Amino acid sequence: MPKNLANPGVFEKYIRTFSPWLGVFSIVLLSVGLWFAIFNSPVDYIQGETVRIMYIHVPSAWLGMTIYSVVALSSFIGLIYGHIVAYIIAKASAPIGAVFTLICLVSGSSWGKPMWGTWWVWDARLTSVFILFFFFIGFIIFSKSFKDPVKGEKISSILALVGFINIPIIKFSVDFWNTLHQSASISKLDNPTIHVDMMIPLLLMFLAFLFIFMFLLTIRLQAELNDRRYVTHALNVK
Amino acid sequence: MIKRKKRAIGIISLMLVASVSIYAILWALRDNIVFFYSPSEINQKILSDSLEEKSFIRLGGMVKESSIVKLNNGFISFVVTDFNKEIKVIFKGIPPDLFKEGQGVIAEGSIGRDYTFTASSILAKHDENYMPPEVEKILKKEGFE
Repeated sequence: MPKNLANPGVFEKYIRTFSPWLGVFSIVLLSVGLWFAIFNSPVDYIQGETVRIMYIHVPSAWLGMTIYSVVALSSFIGLIYGHIVAYIIAKASAPIGAVFTLICLVSGSSWGKPMWGTWWVWDARLTSVFILFFFFIGFIIFSKSFKDPVKGEKISSILALVGFINIPIIKFSVDFWNTLHQSASISKLDNPTIHVDMMIPLLLMFLAFLFIFMFLLTIRLQAELNDRRYVTHALNVK
Repeated sequence: MIKRKKRAIGIISLMLVASVSIYAILWALRDNIVFFYSPSEINQKILSDSLEEKSFIRLGGMVKESSIVKLNNGFISFVVTDFNKEIKVIFKGIPPDLFKEGQGVIAEGSIGRDYTFTASSILAKHDENYMPPEVEKILKKEGFE
């Protein structure tokens, strides 16, 4: 890792190089993952074919939480060290995280109807993920609502940090409270309660989603950097 | 450098204060955040007189083996157990597909003085076990289930 990665110009050069490779890896991993998830994995003993929704739902839930952590961590670094690149990463990640969280909510809902018998309930897990979605939306809105971009950065970063408290709440909601949502099958890695033939497609889909996130992030980062260059230029001309 | 340190302390104390207040709120609301009560908890509530008759409540647990009975006029009755206490439930309507004996269930409704729970709707609870049917058969044969 070069030391001057915090320099936007150097940073941009790096993501330009990485971006196409991330795209290629995303396509390969997604193809293999979907093939496993749809054609090459067993049905569940209770859920039948409906279990395949999990291969979309669980990875997007993990990604939503991971991306929020990325947003919070970069906001923290941005607030303390004042690195522009850190805040740009937060700003570029947030919409991707919002979309993954939405995919998680919608896919979970469409699994809930046939399995639980309801589209939606206000239990601790579902509600806390719903709140996560609104923290993403809040961050996006806050970062765009101030005329002074520095002020917008600060306020949205603080919002991102406060919202980070929600992440452990989501994770442990199924253990703290009685919920309709089932508890984790895979976090106890030594003894997962999911059969290995279902775990392989699940982990492949997670990797695929992770690479899709990184690929989209590199594209959005380039757009953000261009946007910033344009704004700075416009301010200087004035 | 000192400025940076001050900012870090400020942010971390903000996070701490926010965490503690959220923890306090969640602790105060813990009785409302739980989605359902087990038969033992409901029993406790009845004994301590903290449950008003006919008030809305959710009961969750396992459907007891060979307890589902079809009654007249589309009513069904079954027993919800947490392997400690049991509560009998009466329900009219079509339960979800996953509703089976030995599976998790959540009934929404109210409990009467005769300890019978009248459910207005039923949700099936799925546990965290995912496996192919063949594996389940083998497990059953070996007496794990």
